[in-house]
Amino acid sequence: MSDVLVPLPIVIPLFAAALTVMFARFRVVQRAIALLSLTSVVGVAVALLIHVDDESVVTMDAGAWPAPLGITFVVDRLSAIMVLTSSVMLLVVLLYAVGQRGVERDHPAFHPIYLVLAAGVSASFITGDMFNLFVAFEMMLAASYVLLTLGGRPDQVRAGMTYVVISLVASSMFIAALALLYAATGTVNMADLALRIPELSSGVRAGFSLLLIFVFGIKAGLFPLFFWLPDSYPTAPGPVTAIFAGLLTKVGVYAIIRTQTLLFPIDSQQGTMLLIIAGLTMLIGVLGALAQDDLKRALTFHIISQIGYMIFGLGLFTIAGITAVVFYIVQTILVKTNLFLVAGLIDRHAGQSRISKAGGIARSAPIIAVFFAVPALSLAGLPPSSGFAGKFALVDAGVGSQQWWIVTVALVVSLLTLFSMTKIWAGMFWGEPEAAPVAPDPHAGGPGVMVFATGITVALSVAFVVFAGPMYELAERAGSDLMNPSVYIDAVLGVDR
Amino acid sequence: MTILLAFTSAALFGLGTWLLLQRRLTRIVIGLGLIGHGTNILLLTSGGGAGLPPLIGKGDKKEFADPLPQALALTAIVITFGVTAFLLAMAYRSWQLTNDDVVADDLEDRLIAAARRVDSDVVDLETAQLERESDSAGDLDEGSES
Repeated sequence: MSDVLVPLPIVIPLFAAALTVMFARFRVVQRAIALLSLTSVVGVAVALLIHVDDESVVTMDAGAWPAPLGITFVVDRLSAIMVLTSSVMLLVVLLYAVGQRGVERDHPAFHPIYLVLAAGVSASFITGDMFNLFVAFEMMLAASYVLLTLGGRPDQVRAGMTYVVISLVASSMFIAALALLYAATGTVNMADLALRIPELSSGVRAGFSLLLIFVFGIKAGLFPLFFWLPDSYPTAPGPVTAIFAGLLTKVGVYAIIRTQTLLFPIDSQQGTMLLIIAGLTMLIGVLGALAQDDLKRALTFHIISQIGYMIFGLGLFTIAGITAVVFYIVQTILVKTNLFLVAGLIDRHAGQSRISKAGGIARSAPIIAVFFAVPALSLAGLPPSSGFAGKFALVDAGVGSQQWWIVTVALVVSLLTLFSMTKIWAGMFWGEPEAAPVAPDPHAGGPGVMVFATGITVALSVAFVVFAGPMYELAERAGSDLMNPSVYIDAVLGVDR
Repeated sequence: MTILLAFTSAALFGLGTWLLLQRRLTRIVIGLGLIGHGTNILLLTSGGGAGLPPLIGKGDKKEFADPLPQALALTAIVITFGVTAFLLAMAYRSWQLTNDDVVADDLEDRLIAAARRVDSDVVDLETAQLERESDSAGDLDEGSES
């Protein structure tokens, strides 16, 4: 029964994508299919999470070919958490897009492509072998290329070029890494790789580890490899930027966590290197955000800064560290999507997203101000917010491992994040409204649905603090699974290997 | 044979990387194509030497070629092909919009670089100027390339 559920988060959106292509002329039918399919994916993800939390790891072999030979899908606690978080976000952002009606209404291709993106994201979390991880990445990226350039405006084409070219380079490097891995070990199944990689010499192993960090680091936006990210994300239509910001980089982080914990377990030298990269990523991201005058670009730089926090937790290579990362990723996906949805509302309300030009939004649109304040405080990590819980777990893990310098960097970056948020708040929300709000586009739908969708994300991030205790315990179980790869390997290959 | 393939792959990677560093999208597309071929050849060589078709029950195991890298290479080729088609469509769109296929600089980056040097009052003038320039960004980059 349970292994029937495993491929559903991939199959449902793909099937729905095919259906929405058939109903390209009927936007209402498209909307119904897309919303229905993503809702059912959320349902499946909940069922999977409950089941996996009872039994630890569930696998499914496609066509009943046994594990190292055939295509395997694996769901452990981390994948189940990621699938649930991403499917909820995909559903909320789709609702927002339907409310906004811009790209969603003008382009019949929006729904099919969006559903393919959903399938690609789920597939990257569920797949059990490296080559299908590549295929899932490509599915997700191909959909994101189209979403980014939907409309074909000059700035979108310019941003799309950077994005597509850098993604293609990363993909080529990924295939090269796969080829070398296959030549060295004779398998691409992750569980099988985990058994065979320790047989390689330590130098080769370190090489593979670095190659994979490089490949996934480009997708995740790690320190020296992030430059493409702030150029490409903000030019996409509002809801698309929100889903990119919330999910795409985190898929890269997920791949780093999966490969580093499963294939290259505890290695202190690697840990130090990851910590240095993490520190630089945090710092450069937040400094970049401070220099920006455009709200969306400032928020995009904050994405980079938060990726640093995640790698910081991974670099500690302790159960506490990994637990904190799992906890923090879920929180960041919520908050980041939320912030970009609010940025879309601001854009619509004030007619632009330049911090120095918009002003007085707190008076002219108090709901937007409240919706912005909650995730902004959370991003900075102030006590009552969900961000505090995530950052506290990370810092606590860092103190537990006696890594004082990285803890200091993390705290300083938190302060700088707060400073950056204050700058945005003072520029955009306080003061008198500078100009009369721009008359809404007559073709746009009512903002009611958009505000409702944004409200859901705000409510979710508040609920995240209220249920922080159970969430943390779940993250802890996921973290201890990750630090003990034999659970995963036994489940995939069978105990009698 | 494997050595020859390894050298071919290396040469394709080298040429592709050089083309990738150019500013024209058509050259970048060709560069990516070459790198794609390089990776596919690498994938193919990862399975070891050539051998008989892998049919069950038709002879000694050692005589067979490894079928998996070929399947993987086939998938990779299809994916590269699809994305290259998308890139070409984008290059065409770029040519339609600007009559050129040079990858332009980002306007915001140039604004921030400019803001460091001049007062905030001047920035607004610069914004207007840069926005005008970005319409004809091709002419600007033409000079820097040659």
